[in-house]
Amino acid sequence: MTEASMVKESVSATDELVALKSVNKHFGALHVLQDIDLTIARGEVVVVIGPSGSGKSTLCRTINRLETIDSGEILIDGKPLPQEGKELARLRADVGMVFQSFNLFAHKTVLENVMLGQIKVRKADKQVAEEKARTLLDRVGVGTQADKYPAQLSGGQQQRVAIARALAMDPKVILFDEPTSALDPEMINEVLEVMQQLARDGMTMVVVTHEMGFARSAANRVVFMADGRIVEEAAPEQFFSNPRSDRAKDFLSKILHH
Amino acid sequence: MFDFLDHYDLLGAFWTTVQLTVISAIGSLIWGTVLAAMRVGPVPVMRGFGTAYVNIVRNTPLTVIILFSSLGLNDTLGISLGATDFKVIGFRLAVLGLTAYTSAFVCEALRAGINTVPVGQAEAARALGLSFVQVLTLVVLPQAFRAVVGPLTNVLIALTKNTTVAAAIGVAEAALLMKQMIENEAQLLLISAVIAFGFVCLTLPTGLILGWVGKKVAVKR
Repeated sequence: MTEASMVKESVSATDELVALKSVNKHFGALHVLQDIDLTIARGEVVVVIGPSGSGKSTLCRTINRLETIDSGEILIDGKPLPQEGKELARLRADVGMVFQSFNLFAHKTVLENVMLGQIKVRKADKQVAEEKARTLLDRVGVGTQADKYPAQLSGGQQQRVAIARALAMDPKVILFDEPTSALDPEMINEVLEVMQQLARDGMTMVVVTHEMGFARSAANRVVFMADGRIVEEAAPEQFFSNPRSDRAKDFLSKILHH
Repeated sequence: MFDFLDHYDLLGAFWTTVQLTVISAIGSLIWGTVLAAMRVGPVPVMRGFGTAYVNIVRNTPLTVIILFSSLGLNDTLGISLGATDFKVIGFRLAVLGLTAYTSAFVCEALRAGINTVPVGQAEAARALGLSFVQVLTLVVLPQAFRAVVGPLTNVLIALTKNTTVAAAIGVAEAALLMKQMIENEAQLLLISAVIAFGFVCLTLPTGLILGWVGKKVAVKR
């Protein structure tokens, strides 16, 4: 807790890593993202919360263009998000992503999962890649599972491997799309602890989650979304103790008091 | 009872059948994979080509395709596929026809396999910065192939038996030999049984071995 709050103070808000400018997106008739403006500074941990269907996962997925946008602009490290093709692939290599359903490559071992991007995208030497993969797997606490296949691991272990896979690319920012929502309750903490550690190490993170405890302890800023809009942005203590908007008060009353 | 077989090169004929099968199988595996890649790819022209190819070729009788490669490509257009000996030309034309035909079925089997791979696998691969071709060859196709070993075995067995159509353009494989034997000997049932047995010897082990392979390589989720 205290270490996390120290990081918060050391972040300089001037250095923009991710910037979304009046982003709009429709799914058919549904206006899922409405005039989204959001900037994320280098080293900042931004937690996006909100009710189901509010567009928070979609927002997360637009940042590496797994979802296209209809209008507006997204800048990563000052450069606009390219269209499909080599440029986009290069950008995606710098933007890590952790999915709700882990999405580890089912036909490859845990070690191969963490090595693939290093070898095929970063063109790293095989031995260097393996060494780095093993170090990262140890760091997230699944070093002993390196030669198993994903299906042989528990959900919590798989998600930690997925985090190691993202880290192996040395990303500038990691996007977490509800990383603990598919986990059994007793496995949520092991994943959150890894994420807490990343936040303390100064990794830039965008986290879509329902884990309010994590938002409180690790976030620099909480972004509250509802019906495709950003309704409120605040520091976590302020947001949880004294939300300004009625929509946020309503949401918090439903999840915090029962 | 089997004395008359001594006058015929039965093993040689079946060896030609095996060669037709193996070369066409490899060819259609490659071309079928390319077609499947086109059909799931992002380029509309390639998707259209893939769809048109599969629908035209798989609905055309194989006999027509084989005859076309002989009468159309060779006799009319003079395409000899780099050979001068007419036996070799016939063999190569038969391989071409069988490959063109079987690829359509390989493509569709593979496309079904691609649909069994969860979309998250491709998303995770794209999120790492892999290109479309890398996503396909490193993540999606390896899993798709493992899912369709069974259907591809059916295609291979069908191909083995389809090689008999090559007899129509005079390739000296098992069915052509059967035709000659029936014309020369009064042993219709026996000859048919011998040829049928020969094909069972080829296809039955294929089915058993690939069935085992399919279980072995299946992806656990």
